[in-house]
Amino acid sequence: MVNYRRKLVVCAVLLAGFHMAVLFAGFFAPYGYAVQDRELPFTPPTRPHFIDSQGRFHIRPFVYRWQTDPAISGSIQEDFTRRYPVCFFVQGAPYKVAGILVSRVHLFGVDEPGRISLLGTDGFGRDQFSRFLHGGQVSLLAGLLAAALSVTLGLFVGAIAGFYGGWIDEALMRSGELFLALPWLYLLFAVRAAMPLHISQSQVFLLLVSVMGLIGWARPARLVRGIALSAKERYFVIAARGFGASDAYLLRRHVLPQASGVALTQITLLIPQYVLAEVTLTFLGLGVSEPMPSWGSLLSSLQQYYVLSTYWWMFLPAALLIPLFLTYYLAADALQEQWKTVSL
Amino acid sequence: MNARFLIRRFAHAALLLAAISLFSFALVQSAPGDFFDQMRMNPRVSAQTVEGLRSEYGLDQSFAVRYGMWLRSAVRGEFGISLAYNTPVGPLLIPRAQNTLLLTGTSTFIAWILAIPIGVWRATNRKKLSRRSCELATSTLLTIPDLLLFLCVLLFAVRSGWFPSGGMYSVDSESHGLLRLKDIAWHLFLPSLALALATLPALIRHIRSAMIEVLDSPFIRAARSHGIPNSRLLFRFALPVAANPLISLFGFSVATMLSSSLLLEVILSWPGLGPLLVEATLNKDVYVVIGAVMLSAAFLIVGNLVADMLLFAADPRIRVE
Repeated sequence: MVNYRRKLVVCAVLLAGFHMAVLFAGFFAPYGYAVQDRELPFTPPTRPHFIDSQGRFHIRPFVYRWQTDPAISGSIQEDFTRRYPVCFFVQGAPYKVAGILVSRVHLFGVDEPGRISLLGTDGFGRDQFSRFLHGGQVSLLAGLLAAALSVTLGLFVGAIAGFYGGWIDEALMRSGELFLALPWLYLLFAVRAAMPLHISQSQVFLLLVSVMGLIGWARPARLVRGIALSAKERYFVIAARGFGASDAYLLRRHVLPQASGVALTQITLLIPQYVLAEVTLTFLGLGVSEPMPSWGSLLSSLQQYYVLSTYWWMFLPAALLIPLFLTYYLAADALQEQWKTVSL
Repeated sequence: MNARFLIRRFAHAALLLAAISLFSFALVQSAPGDFFDQMRMNPRVSAQTVEGLRSEYGLDQSFAVRYGMWLRSAVRGEFGISLAYNTPVGPLLIPRAQNTLLLTGTSTFIAWILAIPIGVWRATNRKKLSRRSCELATSTLLTIPDLLLFLCVLLFAVRSGWFPSGGMYSVDSESHGLLRLKDIAWHLFLPSLALALATLPALIRHIRSAMIEVLDSPFIRAARSHGIPNSRLLFRFALPVAANPLISLFGFSVATMLSSSLLLEVILSWPGLGPLLVEATLNKDVYVVIGAVMLSAAFLIVGNLVADMLLFAADPRIRVE
């Protein structure tokens, strides 16, 4: 239906935009993820102003620097003595595009010593917005890779189980049940316990991806198996077999293409789940650690009571995940409807 | 009556549990490093001491021997020895598991009590505007990360001060009997509500889609044309027909409930399996990890068994098959 296609396109555009922002975090973020300002920990989100303290209107938005009052502890207010206009395409700290190209251009920024932090700053005075974008590189990539891994595994296992049947089917599906029979977070912990605790960041990342990917293959495998079971009974598949097509050819050309819709839907459904899994593990201290940001480590400071109860903007990174996940779920819904109409 | 169905399910569950024990044992035991790693770093502890401790706890044995030892202690109800607490794992886990069960059981109850009327109502509600807005509301609720929800609950507890902000008992309470029960219920209220809220949207979605399928069938139209009142139609005619997938869903919902519960227990410091498992994972306290994983699997399998038995009771087709 046209309706679903439109929904799908809207979701795809939104997701593409978000992923681009994360991919080019260096450009979209005004600061690097480790830039600190120890003088000003836990500043609230910077407010963009148009009207200054004298009541004059400026077309270009500007911000004030936060200042603490040494006399009253914990008080923080805007310093109205100097305006810092927000500039676009400014020169700032160097960063690498795609790991190779060095660039200094940031989408927006303000002159030093002004600071612009759209989501506030954390306990080290690091800009939460920049850390959110940079952290997305870890969290989203982990989610994407893990989802791709488990769906690929599920695709192959399910297709082989459904296509060959017999004891192969039995063995594969029974071992899949093992993974379905454990609550995923407990399983994740069991696997995490099997890994060394103190290893390098990239190893932790790969580990997270492979653990999450290896755990989740059972559900897509079940779905794909069902499709393969019905696919091998189809007349064109039987005809192809009659013409002497090999099993590998049949699987590749006739069975797997029929499962592609399910695979795509499953990936879209699994990505938010895996992103959440990464966030949860890192929150509990078993994922990537400082100074490398991830969405889980952004939230882990909330484990401290005083942060939780005082600094509301520390919740903002988590709140930003809601629209992202919502788009993913809506995209999965639309995909499912589309493939239902195609396959009927 | 066909008892073979039930026997088969029981045998299946037992087999699955055995396979999981072997699997989790192999997984956790294959880990590089062990509990005594930190001791090795300490220059004041000699290598011989560490080796002695390792052999005392049987960590230097081969895999098969250790699995055999573990099985034997599992039969005794000990499930190995916790290296950090230096006690058998079984007695360590049981009170924790009871607390987790108390929490998840209460929230399962709350979630289903809320989900059934809401799901049924959502299925009957065909007005376009309100349907759309409801859909968006449940989808949004579905996408709120559990972590955020639980943190917000904690914030609410801390800020308002109306509810205890963690734990299971008041620190100063030495009360017994009814007062103690009241204290626990007081502490249970917020966590169980949060957990129910976390699982609610998925339940509502499933109930709604199951109900819609039934409501479209001809016998409902016939019943409606006979003038049977709407509420009776929904709850006495349609809901029992839609019950089958929902009963299976109950079995599966235990899994998500347990996973969410782990996180919730850590955040709200509920003394369940969750905090113990996190601590044991960080400590490489292998037998505790295995025990907790096994217990969670056992809960899940029992949940599925209960679902099977309910299905057996509810659906005559399975009984005569």
